[in-house]
Amino acid sequence: MKKLIGLLLLFAVVTSCDDKLNIEPFQQLDQAKAVSTEKDVLVTLIGAYDGLQSVNAYGGDMHTLSELTGNTEDIFFTGTFAGLSDAWKAEMAATNGDASNMWTRAYDVINRANNVLSGIDKITSSTSAKDRVEGEALFLRAAMHFEVVRLYAKTWDDGDNNTNAGVPILLQPTKTSSSADFRPRNTVAQVYQQVIDDLTRAELLLPASNSIYANKNSAAALLARVKLTQGVTGSTPTQLAALAEARNAADRVIASNRNPLAPSFASLWFTFLTNGGNSPAEYIFSMKVTNQDGVNALNTYFGIGVSSISGTAGRGDCKITAAHRAKYAVGDTRNYFEQVGSNFYSRKHLDRFGNVPLVRTAEMFLTRAEANFRLGTAVGDTPLNDVNRIRNRAGLANLTSLNGIGDILNERYLELAFEGSRLHDIKRTRGSQSGLPWNSPKLVFPIPQVEIDTNKELRQNEGY
Amino acid sequence: MKKFLLLCFSFVFVLSAWAQERVITGRVSSSEDGSALPGVNVVVKGTTTGSVTDADGKYSLSVPSSGGSLVFSFIGLKTTEIEIGDRTIIDIQLGLDVTQLAEIVVTGFGSQIKQDLTGNVASVKGSDIASIQMPTLDAALQGRAAGVFVTNSSGKLGQAVTVRVRGTGSISAGSEPLYVVDGVPITTSVNNAYGGATNPLVDINPSDIESMEVLKDASAAAIYGSRAANGVILITTKRGKSGKTSVSINYSTGTSKETRRVDFLNSEQYAELIFRAAKYNDDLNGLPTNDPSSDSQYARDLMSYHSFGQWDTDPKKTYNWQDQAFQEGKVNQLDLQLSGGNEKTKFFASMQHLEQEGIMYGTKLTRTTGRVNLDQKANDWFNFGVTMSMARTLNVRLPNDGAFSNPLQSVALLPMTPFNDPTTKLPTGTPPGDINVGLYYNPRISLDYGRYEQESFRNLSNIYGTAKLLSGLTFQTEFGVDILAQNEEGYFQTQTIRNQTRATNGVGSNASAFVVNLNAQNYLTYTKDIGKSSLNVVGGMQYQQSSARYSDVEGLDFPSDSYKKINSAATKSDGSSEETAFSFNSLFLRANYKFNNKYLATFSVRRDGSSRFGSNARYGVFPAGSVGWVISEENFLKSVSPISFLKLRASYGQVGNAEIGDFPQRTLFSGDAGYAGAAGQRPSQLGNPDLRWETTDQVDIGLDFGFFNNRLTGEIDYYEKNTTGLLLNVNIPRTTGFRSQNRNVGSLQNRGFELVLNSQNLVGKLKWSTSFNIGYNENKVINTQGQIIDAQFFNRVQEGQPVGVFYTVEYAGVDPANGDALFYKNTRNPDGSLDRSTVNRLGYNQAQRTAVGKPNPDYIAGLTNNLSYKGFDLSVFFNGVFGNQISTYGMGRFSSANMRFEDNQTVDQLAAWTTPGQITNIPQARFFQNNGAQLSSRYVVDGSFIRLRNVTLGYSLPTSLLTRVKLERVRLYVSGLNLLTITNYPFWDPEVNADLQGQPLAGNVNPTNNVAQANDFYTPPQPRTIMFGVNIGF
Repeated sequence: MKKLIGLLLLFAVVTSCDDKLNIEPFQQLDQAKAVSTEKDVLVTLIGAYDGLQSVNAYGGDMHTLSELTGNTEDIFFTGTFAGLSDAWKAEMAATNGDASNMWTRAYDVINRANNVLSGIDKITSSTSAKDRVEGEALFLRAAMHFEVVRLYAKTWDDGDNNTNAGVPILLQPTKTSSSADFRPRNTVAQVYQQVIDDLTRAELLLPASNSIYANKNSAAALLARVKLTQGVTGSTPTQLAALAEARNAADRVIASNRNPLAPSFASLWFTFLTNGGNSPAEYIFSMKVTNQDGVNALNTYFGIGVSSISGTAGRGDCKITAAHRAKYAVGDTRNYFEQVGSNFYSRKHLDRFGNVPLVRTAEMFLTRAEANFRLGTAVGDTPLNDVNRIRNRAGLANLTSLNGIGDILNERYLELAFEGSRLHDIKRTRGSQSGLPWNSPKLVFPIPQVEIDTNKELRQNEGY
Repeated sequence: MKKFLLLCFSFVFVLSAWAQERVITGRVSSSEDGSALPGVNVVVKGTTTGSVTDADGKYSLSVPSSGGSLVFSFIGLKTTEIEIGDRTIIDIQLGLDVTQLAEIVVTGFGSQIKQDLTGNVASVKGSDIASIQMPTLDAALQGRAAGVFVTNSSGKLGQAVTVRVRGTGSISAGSEPLYVVDGVPITTSVNNAYGGATNPLVDINPSDIESMEVLKDASAAAIYGSRAANGVILITTKRGKSGKTSVSINYSTGTSKETRRVDFLNSEQYAELIFRAAKYNDDLNGLPTNDPSSDSQYARDLMSYHSFGQWDTDPKKTYNWQDQAFQEGKVNQLDLQLSGGNEKTKFFASMQHLEQEGIMYGTKLTRTTGRVNLDQKANDWFNFGVTMSMARTLNVRLPNDGAFSNPLQSVALLPMTPFNDPTTKLPTGTPPGDINVGLYYNPRISLDYGRYEQESFRNLSNIYGTAKLLSGLTFQTEFGVDILAQNEEGYFQTQTIRNQTRATNGVGSNASAFVVNLNAQNYLTYTKDIGKSSLNVVGGMQYQQSSARYSDVEGLDFPSDSYKKINSAATKSDGSSEETAFSFNSLFLRANYKFNNKYLATFSVRRDGSSRFGSNARYGVFPAGSVGWVISEENFLKSVSPISFLKLRASYGQVGNAEIGDFPQRTLFSGDAGYAGAAGQRPSQLGNPDLRWETTDQVDIGLDFGFFNNRLTGEIDYYEKNTTGLLLNVNIPRTTGFRSQNRNVGSLQNRGFELVLNSQNLVGKLKWSTSFNIGYNENKVINTQGQIIDAQFFNRVQEGQPVGVFYTVEYAGVDPANGDALFYKNTRNPDGSLDRSTVNRLGYNQAQRTAVGKPNPDYIAGLTNNLSYKGFDLSVFFNGVFGNQISTYGMGRFSSANMRFEDNQTVDQLAAWTTPGQITNIPQARFFQNNGAQLSSRYVVDGSFIRLRNVTLGYSLPTSLLTRVKLERVRLYVSGLNLLTITNYPFWDPEVNADLQGQPLAGNVNPTNNVAQANDFYTPPQPRTIMFGVNIGF
């Protein structure tokens, strides 16, 4: 009898426990349930911005690497992060951690944006809401495709864009794993075309103003960058056509007057410490950093903690060389460096929680000037006036004339120093980076080794 | 007891009254120390006539008038037979029974006589480790259980310990064994908000341990089914015995120091090397070394700035920053144990208080534990009992090894940098002084102006009831809990701003973890002897559920550093709460069969269901079987006198590994993707509904032997473990937005042998025994379906290589012509041969990576010698690890890289190449140039070592002295830990496994996993500790 009770007890406990094997995750949600309502799509879009804000993307790494790579002229890099240090010396290996992290993050953001786009029909409250969300997602997707193609592939017109290997284009969200995931590289031309298509549609769909998120000008400004890259030096009809589009896009941004030039150069910085965490109007698109969310990686590497300015921080890895500082004329407020010991650091990035600008209006003036100059046009204004506008703001006197494209490019170099355009400007203008020619394979990032190992369809870049 | 003795006396008296035969008297004492042995059975051979010794070891017995002999026996002592002859007084000393094979071994849901075991179980007794200072009990297995590789991750207090039973059995899933304490599978990992992983076993008092059994082969472990693939460690705590109440007090105190320091350059040497390195660049740039923009000037400015100008006037003044990293450690430990009971009630109770200051500056650990184990016999068919233990552990912690605030990272500071700012007299870099002085952050500031404490409470308790249902059939029910509550609190003052960059006005954090683990098990045990056959069957169910809840909050902007609680933080900058859970529901059955004491067989099977498995694979069945043949019981061997015991055994079985994470099978979105105050979600995991446990098939063939009356005993085992269905984070193209997907693909193998030898070398007054064990393991990844898994630095998973193999470019030394670091190309020539030509930094990317070492040792061994003479006892314990390598790249590329960076260098870097034709292994010093600091085998070094782990010398005061003060035992001892290490390893300690958590270098694999093993990253060494102790019993 007792034995029987024991066995019954055993049986009862066993059967009663079986349904306890179904445990749902606590802070995660099944994919099937995650994107089913309009609100779900909206929060997925915010999630895409969260990815974009990562240090490996627009949180600062993409800017930092674009400044640092091969740039021993302007920067003396004493930091200990091997990935950055190797990039600075243009001695990257295929296993470079930063190269790998940027690639990974860019496609993560693309996948997040594609999740938004695949659920776009769930937005039914209004057409304007649907257009805005679609435009933002397209902008994010285009931005990341553009960053990877210009970092990980040969630059535009370095050989044949239609055969040069670009990067894979991703237009659908990944919901399950399949053999279709093993994609080869699309050509450079295909990737640029996708970026232009996305940005063009984004500019059309986006509203003129959209809080801290991407708006019409964000798309136009990025499109101006893409087109300027395709314009190269304007030495072929297609390049000239691209330059015209770059000029027009920049002009649209300027003409909108929604992002006017800030009155003083110095007022552009220290957004957290002096501007309540808001970006100045001149920032056309920026990543917001607060003391609760986000990290400014430019601050991490270029910044340094200055005892006299509370709230500054940074590893002090990027010391600005005397050679660079000597390039500013007397009185140029852009000679904007902080001395600590015997070393100098860019003041642009001292604010621990400063926002990270992606593109600001000064670049649009310089883009318009460069394109107009090469095209021999004066759409919006003359190249000289545009350059002088930027010079005046920096406390410098007007130039009376432009002695060639070099004057515009030099202004661009000084104005946008350490904001993430150096490497791309050198490649576009066919210059050289600290002795390396613009088309050196050392200035093209390696496709991450792990990606090459995983996906046999991918071909590695030359030199890795 | 007294009544019982009285009864015995009267019995003897009655006997003698009847027989009127001669009376023999005598005293039985211990041959160990001469103390009286009460309770020894004294029987006239071949009769039922007998007696029992009294409290003084005396007996009196009537025996037949002539001839005959007496047999003296007592459990644990050697049974001795004495001819009576014509003596009337027979005094005798009994020795310990050296037949270790007679011991009882805990097997999980039961126990077995070791002699009858057919599986492989290693056992460590509490008494073996009694006087060794050991903060966590897993250290007890180090070098003492064959085939069990135990390595401390660092010398930090309470830090995680890596335990591998018969090799690393997994790649992405857990490789730690399952720990079961008094029947309850315990919580062995808990998230920490700060510093490396801690060791949840720290909450268990090692003095409470009766025994630890390691179930190594499939036959022994399969009763734990899907959780047994990495071996099972059964921990049994002490329980009371009926008899007199005994009280034991133990106090020990000691000090510790680091086992080793590493030699770094002094100021003069540093200046010499940095000038050499700078001159190289200046020559290259065509600059004179006195040019203001020369690297040489940069170096002068550097040394001047980071020494507050002191270097300009006193270039020889040197500061050894290791002085600031280390401190003298202190250990104080007090133990109290009470045990006893009667026929019905038995108890064991203990308390322990441990206070320990670590060898790293500012670290401290305090632990207080209490335990009551109670067993009650309710009536003739029902017993029950409770086990209750509580612990509180307070750990003042250091950050992870990769952090600038790790005290040992201060070795990177320039040797001319003073410890204190000459103006403020505060630690260098402390505001209001210049915070940027010090090449890197001065870790001392975080310790003087910051604090991080972890406090945990642990309750490990269970109750059981045992009912005898029928003859031979018992039912046992058990319910146990393991409750772990942990709180971490940190505050870093404004002074730490250079490191805690958010601490403009202080930063405070508080994190809590609450892990509740419940276990219920019910099983029936049936024992039956039929003729020469005996059968033991156990079968039942086990249900376990565990849930962990975490929360944390961080605050910024405190009114002043006097306010340290987040209550005062104007900005609550971060906060989170999370939860996770898992459950197992299992059925199990095991049968042991024995025939004629010669033929043994065991069969077991377990069916596990778990919330962790995919919806298409929810249940798994794990069978195992084993057989044994006691050859020494066969007639043909019985007469061979040197052989006292010989048993051949073989086992085969299937076990699983379910440590695959709690929700690895699901396709998930996470809601943690907010941006600038708006809520967001993101795709976070690509699932797999087919996901299941990993399966390990294990074969074990073993031979147990005893020679020369069991004075030499031992075991030899050969095993092969084949693991299939490995849970891999299979890399998928990252263009999908994901890095990997969890899949059951691939296989790996561990095979090896183990040898255990125990020998009683001398058994007289001077006793000397030796225990030796050695394990060889070969680990090989058989198939990963082409997957390559790279961890940070060198570790990788690759087919045909051991897990975590160091895979990198092979360093070829220095070109004598120009001082270039060279690397072997190791590419394939068209004819298939290896191209052994070399390249320098320019051709580095052409050099093929190759396997250059492995983190797991070939051999692990332990050797213990115990000697005793009269009241003295001496124990000397060595352990050794052979054939493994360590990657020092993490720090080596800074500290030992011929001035690649500005960091202070190890002294060997002075041998950097200078002159054409010079033969050296250190490339030319080139400031900020990668000349040999690339990833290469230059930084993979031999990690073998032999360590004198423990020496204990004790003296027990003679009983004659003690009885006067009513004491039973007074033992004084001195014990030394890690007194000597024999190794070629160039850094602090070859026993190393850096906690690189949070080090954002490559970051594609969690660095504390199975792959990223044996890395050194300024990892604190083990302490060398000298302890004095006294143990008093009454």
